[in-house]
Amino acid sequence: MRQREHTSTVRVLPWALVAPALLWTLLFFVLPFLAMGLLSLTPHEGSGITLSNYRQFFTNPSYYWAMINSLELTAMVTVISVLLAYPFAWILAEQVPVHWQRLALLFAVLPFWTSYVVRSYSWLLALSENGIINDALMGSGLFTHALQLANTRVATVIGFVHFFVMLLTLTIFANLKQLSPSYRKAAADLGAGPVNIFIHVILPLTLPGIMVGAFLTFVLTIGDYITPQILGGNNALVMSQLIMMQIGRRGDFPLASALALILMAVVTIAYIACARWLKIERT
Amino acid sequence: MSVALVDIKNISHNFGAVTVLTDVSLAITPGSYTVLLGPSGSGKTTLLSILGGFLVPSEGCVLIRGEDCTDVPPARRPTTTVFQDYALFPHMSVGSNVGFGLRMKGVAKPERERRARDILAIVGLAQAFDKKPHQLSGGQRQRVALARALVVEPAVLLLDEPLGALDLKLRRQMQDELKAIQKRVGTAFVHVTHDQEEAMALADHCVVMNNGRVEDEGTPERVYAQPATRFSATFMGESTLISGEVTKIKGNTTIVKTAFGSVPIVATAQEGAQVTLAIRPEHLLLIRKARSIPFGNARVTAVVFQGSFKRVLADSTSKSGPPFIAKVPVELQVAVGDLVSPCCHIEDLVMLTR
Amino acid sequence: MRAPVKFLSVGYAAAIYTFIFLPVIVLVVFSLQSTAFPIPPFTGPSLRWYAAVLNDTRLTSALINSLIVASISSAIAVALGFLSAWGLARFVLVGSAAMRSLITLPLTVSYLIIGMGLVILFNMAGLPKSLLTAGIGHVVMNLPLCFAIIYSQMGDHQINIERAARDLGAKEWQVLLMVTMPVMWPAIFASLFLSMTFSWDEFVISFLLTRFDTTLPVEIWNLLRSGLNPKTNAVGSLVFVVSVTFAIILELILLRRRPS
Repeated sequence: MRQREHTSTVRVLPWALVAPALLWTLLFFVLPFLAMGLLSLTPHEGSGITLSNYRQFFTNPSYYWAMINSLELTAMVTVISVLLAYPFAWILAEQVPVHWQRLALLFAVLPFWTSYVVRSYSWLLALSENGIINDALMGSGLFTHALQLANTRVATVIGFVHFFVMLLTLTIFANLKQLSPSYRKAAADLGAGPVNIFIHVILPLTLPGIMVGAFLTFVLTIGDYITPQILGGNNALVMSQLIMMQIGRRGDFPLASALALILMAVVTIAYIACARWLKIERT
Repeated sequence: MSVALVDIKNISHNFGAVTVLTDVSLAITPGSYTVLLGPSGSGKTTLLSILGGFLVPSEGCVLIRGEDCTDVPPARRPTTTVFQDYALFPHMSVGSNVGFGLRMKGVAKPERERRARDILAIVGLAQAFDKKPHQLSGGQRQRVALARALVVEPAVLLLDEPLGALDLKLRRQMQDELKAIQKRVGTAFVHVTHDQEEAMALADHCVVMNNGRVEDEGTPERVYAQPATRFSATFMGESTLISGEVTKIKGNTTIVKTAFGSVPIVATAQEGAQVTLAIRPEHLLLIRKARSIPFGNARVTAVVFQGSFKRVLADSTSKSGPPFIAKVPVELQVAVGDLVSPCCHIEDLVMLTR
Repeated sequence: MRAPVKFLSVGYAAAIYTFIFLPVIVLVVFSLQSTAFPIPPFTGPSLRWYAAVLNDTRLTSALINSLIVASISSAIAVALGFLSAWGLARFVLVGSAAMRSLITLPLTVSYLIIGMGLVILFNMAGLPKSLLTAGIGHVVMNLPLCFAIIYSQMGDHQINIERAARDLGAKEWQVLLMVTMPVMWPAIFASLFLSMTFSWDEFVISFLLTRFDTTLPVEIWNLLRSGLNPKTNAVGSLVFVVSVTFAIILELILLRRRPS
């Protein structure tokens, strides 16, 4: 709801208010994008317009495999995180006594306060050959020698899942709490037991929230550099690592730009798919 | 005398230290339309929740069709509830919503759909079967909620302030429809409301509640004409209340001494008891008539035009006199500041002992 | 049916909580390691690594840099976000929807790409990498968030109290200062807090856009290059404890505010 003001400053004031933010966004976000776009069309050496950077992506296996790795990793992380977080959020929202819920939730997200870099490092410690997990596995007698857990894709998945279980628990919990209790009462009134209430009422009504959470997981995972780099080592490089490599070691900004734009395109496609699904759900 | 379908015996309930219902007993007969009428906090919604199985009462029991259902959960109880916010499942179509209870009972799909369509036709929404709730208006959603609750053929249908969210015109329309549907389907309805006009329009059994107790019970006509308590006299419609004391009892006539003299009433009471005489506004006359009981003089403080009548408020000139409320024809000339002589016919006086 | 569900719930919750706290436990326990390797066995509590952290000037100056960048960039982000939110919420402007989309757009882009874009831009402009450039990147990152939070709070009820103020004779700037801002306090505070948290913890943009003076996460990253080291545990634990304390204080302030 916006109102029309009848003072003479109305012409200037609103623009003056909005301009700083707009200018900042245009200058430091849009412009770099345009620069990146332009750069992606120039070759590493020399000048002129060329599609060679994009061609490289589609022809060089180690490049397009990075994208495949990214997508596989992201899919795994998203699915596992949702499957682990939903029951947990459900338990916090339904089984925990109401006045303890806030505290329980706070505890569930406490590790958010460790720095992201530090958290990945801690997982590296925990998963290393002499780390406590291998210690526990060998101590329990299940394994006779240490498993190679660190510097593998498994470690990267664990690192990501750890973060997203916390995040998704938060969002799914909020979603469950804001479901009107009337729905449950009505379903129970009409003869539904707890299982039926969950399948027919709670799950469908929280599905949009899960989708949004899953999308968020997708976007954040595919664009993240730290976790794969620290925990995955140099195995099965993902797009973010590939891009960083071009910036750092090789200084090939045009290629890095092209790769970044390709990554953006994938995220955009996912966004459109998600938005379309949510729109269909509504009607 | 019909056998009670629902027997509520001595229900009391408290939430922690707060008592919301005290020793409530009630019987619901088959095919009746019962209205629980009362202000907020009267306990009417709590009573409905206990009936529906959403609350287990602290004391007392609920018998439905002769069986003790006091702690039977809603799913297994032969009652269904229409909630105040309708609670239609937003992700299901109207048809699926209505068929939900049948599905839970294990009814096969073709049968479910047939019965859902039938009940939707009864509530006047045959064409809405495939629509989603958000595509319907408030009144239509209300009817879907009704259909959903009726299709499972409950022993009693419970309605929790179902018309609260509708505007006046729609409310009046829905009241007529509710009454018609109830007669057609034949299920006993128990309807909670704070609107006394709604209660009078719908009920054949009106239960007036206040502070967790039943104040008065009966047909709306009787409750209105012969209220049992001061609360009933002022909540169900308005009344002018005159306090008095019983001085003598002669057979079945009681003499009540008031500030305006002694009044003979055909009623029974204890000698020396403090009572209240109640007069409905339409029975209070402002001009002295032959063989009427006079109530001194009063100064008019407000005249409110209400379309088909005028509502006149007047303060008694006697210091112990009550505020007078009268309904007068529109043609009557009366203005603020006028001196009037309130009186009424003897048969219009009601004596209240509580 | 109740008892097994309860039992399973407790078991599952315990397992998840263990999973969630595992890295924190590893971090803190081995920060107190007395020998040089942060892996089992645990060799008795020792504060030597905390001392090492406090004596490491690179780390301590990185910490101060983080605080400076976080405070300043967050303040700018909140200010820009507030002004634009107010402007777009209160006045009818051509292309409002487009402007709103533009300002919130960076939320959908990975920090890596934002950082990269800025590296290219600053390269072209000849601006060297520094805390300033990192700070600019952080504002880009946080502005959409501040805008979104504050804009969502500028609902219809807000309009009426501002109208009342104008009706009683207040000028535009008085309305802003004496009515809008005090009522928007929680939203402003929330966006400030969130921005500071994100900026404080942010790695990629800082990594790409700083060179000599860096922020704490970048410095920790550099530490990692030298292998597994309890010193890293110590600095991580310190950051954790300080953040949690800050969050608890915040929670208490908010809880105190709630009745009003």
